[in-house]
Amino acid sequence: MSALVWTLLIPAVGAVLLALLPSQRLGALVNVVLSAAGLAAALYLAWTVLDGGEVGGGQFYVDAFNVYLIALTALVGLSTALFSRPYMTHEAAIGRITPLRMRLYHASFQGFLFTMLLALSTNNLGVLWVALEGATLATVLLVSLYRTPESVEAAWKYFILCGVGIAQALFGTVLLYFAAARVIGQPEQALLWSVLHAHAGQLEPAVMAIAFVFLLVGYGTKVGLVPLHNWLPDAHSEGPTPMSAVLSGLLLNVALYAVVRVKMLTDGALAAGVGHTPQLAGHLMMGFGLLSFIVAGLFLHRQRDIKRLFSYSSIEHMGLMTFAFGVGGPLATFGALLHMTVHSLTKSALFITVGHASQVAGTQAIDRIRGLIRTQPTVGWGLLVGSVAIAGFPPFGVFTSEFLLLTATMQSWPWLTVPLLLGLAIAFAGLFRHLQPMVFGEPPPGQLPIATSLAPVAVHLGLVLWLGLAIPGFLARWFDQATRLITGSGLL
Amino acid sequence: MADHLSPLAWLLALAQTALFVAIAPLFASWVKRVKSRLQNRCPPPLLQPYRDLRRLFAKEVLLAETASPVFRVAPYVVCGTAVLAASVIPLVLVAIPMAAMADVIVLVGLFALGRFFLALAALDVGTPFGGMGASREMTVAALAEPAMLMVVFTLAMVASSTNLSTIILHTLQQPLALRPSLLLALLALLLIGIAETGRIPVDNPATHLELTMIHEALILEFSGRHLALMELAAQVKLTIYAVLVANLFAPWGIAAQPGAGALLFAAAALAAKLALFGALLAGAETAVAKMRLFRVATFLAVAFTLALIGMLSFVILEAPA
Amino acid sequence: MSGYLQLPLLEQAILTLAALVLVSSFALLAQSRVVATIHVFAWQGVLLALTTALVASDSGLYHLYLSAALTLVLKALFIPWLLVRQARRLGILRDFDAVLRPGVTLLAAGAVVIFCYAVAQPVERFSRTLTHDAIALSLAVVMLGMLMLVTRRKAITQVVGFMALENGLFFAAVTATHGMPMVVELGIAFDVLVAAIIFGIFFFHIRDSIDTLDVDQLNRLSESDR
Repeated sequence: MSALVWTLLIPAVGAVLLALLPSQRLGALVNVVLSAAGLAAALYLAWTVLDGGEVGGGQFYVDAFNVYLIALTALVGLSTALFSRPYMTHEAAIGRITPLRMRLYHASFQGFLFTMLLALSTNNLGVLWVALEGATLATVLLVSLYRTPESVEAAWKYFILCGVGIAQALFGTVLLYFAAARVIGQPEQALLWSVLHAHAGQLEPAVMAIAFVFLLVGYGTKVGLVPLHNWLPDAHSEGPTPMSAVLSGLLLNVALYAVVRVKMLTDGALAAGVGHTPQLAGHLMMGFGLLSFIVAGLFLHRQRDIKRLFSYSSIEHMGLMTFAFGVGGPLATFGALLHMTVHSLTKSALFITVGHASQVAGTQAIDRIRGLIRTQPTVGWGLLVGSVAIAGFPPFGVFTSEFLLLTATMQSWPWLTVPLLLGLAIAFAGLFRHLQPMVFGEPPPGQLPIATSLAPVAVHLGLVLWLGLAIPGFLARWFDQATRLITGSGLL
Repeated sequence: MADHLSPLAWLLALAQTALFVAIAPLFASWVKRVKSRLQNRCPPPLLQPYRDLRRLFAKEVLLAETASPVFRVAPYVVCGTAVLAASVIPLVLVAIPMAAMADVIVLVGLFALGRFFLALAALDVGTPFGGMGASREMTVAALAEPAMLMVVFTLAMVASSTNLSTIILHTLQQPLALRPSLLLALLALLLIGIAETGRIPVDNPATHLELTMIHEALILEFSGRHLALMELAAQVKLTIYAVLVANLFAPWGIAAQPGAGALLFAAAALAAKLALFGALLAGAETAVAKMRLFRVATFLAVAFTLALIGMLSFVILEAPA
Repeated sequence: MSGYLQLPLLEQAILTLAALVLVSSFALLAQSRVVATIHVFAWQGVLLALTTALVASDSGLYHLYLSAALTLVLKALFIPWLLVRQARRLGILRDFDAVLRPGVTLLAAGAVVIFCYAVAQPVERFSRTLTHDAIALSLAVVMLGMLMLVTRRKAITQVVGFMALENGLFFAAVTATHGMPMVVELGIAFDVLVAAIIFGIFFFHIRDSIDTLDVDQLNRLSESDR
């Protein structure tokens, strides 16, 4: 239990500390140190769970499903903090950010990590909602950090759309509590996921179905499902690059995690009910997921801003993951869990590289970024390898998870493999038609290399490669346990 | 129901109607009196409207050269429909022979008939103010009638009938209850009544500026006994709305069966209710300024919305599942 | 009909107050002056707090008194004060945010209430609380808050619509389940508070970047012509 306390306490205290620290340089360093400490605590927690099974059972609950997500969050947090230190120093040096805003940035960074970790480790579905809303609030002022009209617009859209969306999720939570309170005696226990999961069969199916729709629409807005995705490309592209990395890499994952937790309860309730479609939750998720996947893949072709390009790629992958969780069954679920991990690592690495690329070229417009591999080979190669990884090429991990998903789809919904393959091809085409001139084109005169911190990128891509070639035993065991938890049967 | 056809019942009905018409000018005068006192003015004597009516009946009728028979018939029709409307409303006695006819929709229809002839007469003479008044009156009516019907629907859903006597008996028989549907219907009816009887904030009954008139513009051309009938009709209409509000929503005191004691008590109760209502109306008129004409649409939309929510509240909150 | 009349006066008062909360939602849709919008929102908070307090005294759940007090302080006093203060500093307190097509909005609002009633029917059937009929009204208040967000053009009135939406959610929690566990309620209240403060800061950012609070002018980011 103490590992969990440390994991949560470090970013919480860190946020307060960084809000009070006036020095910008010291703030960046403290941010890195806090993130490293957070990662250490998260790894200790993971080791505790590896040794002894689930932790918690009261207000907090860490089982096989969220333990690796917690460790992943801490890892991506550290990588981004490492990247953010020189990057933001450069941004401050060219005058885009004032020292006061840097303080806000660092404090919100740790605050955001805290809300993410709280959302992942809590057992209370109400606190889950509070933490996700808190994550929105922690980042909204960061999206508009540069105070340009475009970033203010992006932040406003983010705030309003995510706020309204998550309000739907609150209504769904109220309905869930309503259904639970009829079954579980003590009101304090009625929102605890572990208790609800044990009593899932007794929950009223009609109420749970309506609650799930609201919760899917609500948390789905934060996942970026089409047609609720309008805020995502703007928010991820207008904020500073470290923000894009954590938003794409972490927040989307946590929102999807929330959806899947609720899906587990709904499936239990609907399966036991009479006269209701037991697969309602799965079918809804499949529909939204497939729609997001295809629409995002098509939009990839139209993009002119490099960060918007990769934001749409995030939407596409989240759609794929939602679809996979919707298909259900051990194969697809295992694939989706793996995909959550590798996508988070790859996307954050990509955004870090994109940040460097835009610094080299001095712009985010795709038309004006050229010849990265000539000017600065590490950046060019990083971008190329990252894009290859995210497009689903072997031997990277994304290929493994997509392959598992395709196999599962072929087993249960054979005719849906056609749009899936088509979408993958369209997305690949969209990515690479923009990528090719950016990496290999003729560099404009006067483009100079910059100081880089690409070590996190190498680490992330290395992990993704490792996961593609050979998933380590403990991780495979966790994925299997989580699959068993979600679908009732394991893969291995 | 058979004893309603007896001569005594018809006599009572006639007496009730006569009483209604008799107290109408008194009620209008009471409102004017309270308003004057609130505005720190010296009010006219309480029985002044009767003197005005008597004076007008004695005067000569002047007709414009362009006036058609419609113009001559209109005052009789307008006053006639107003008195007929007054006769179908239970004033002190619930069970009147007109009870079978005492439908709220009949009431709305009678008002519409009167308003139709009023507007025709105003247009008939061809003066600009007549035309302006007629178009304004019809606009207000077009907006007020849907709201009025929505109130009627709400009342009908609560009492399961549109018959006025049935509604009043229903309310009398139920225990005292706080019903959102009736509360909102009452608020809506108050707003509609203000619009239909031409009181502030919709129309100023005491104005002499022609461009601000709605109702007054319609009766500009009348003189002598025609004017007297028009004035009486307006006063009866105001009293009708006041009695509707009092008896539909707070009917306690009304006599269910004809009996001397019960009727006297009912008369006293009604007098108290009308006095209170008149004072409240005067207070509201003093506190609020007259609205510009284009805002009357919003005012009546508010009334419509309140009645609509009242009806929805009934369906959602009060009806048995 | 007899069912409603059998209820004690306190419960009838609770349901009447619920209907008045719906009236305040309609009133919010119709206001065109910024200061009137904020005042109606404050009154909605008062009505909600009153409803919650009455439910608390009727059902004997004393933690609802705390919720009622929290709602009163936060939604009826602090947030309106904050909004008025920010609006005064921005000089927009006496502005108008005209409702486009009030007739259509009114009809849409009526249709929304009927739709919410239909959606909430299966839920209401299973509820045993005295306010189960008001679940439909609470969903309607949420939806009408969203309608207000959609029909308004100035940032400050959109924020009032957003806060009205949160009011509806609180109302839903009170009517469906007589309140959520205290830790969750406190968390939600905290989130609403922080959201209001951030909105307040945000108005200045918007005004500084586009010189107006008409959010229709925030339209540079779009999928075409970029």
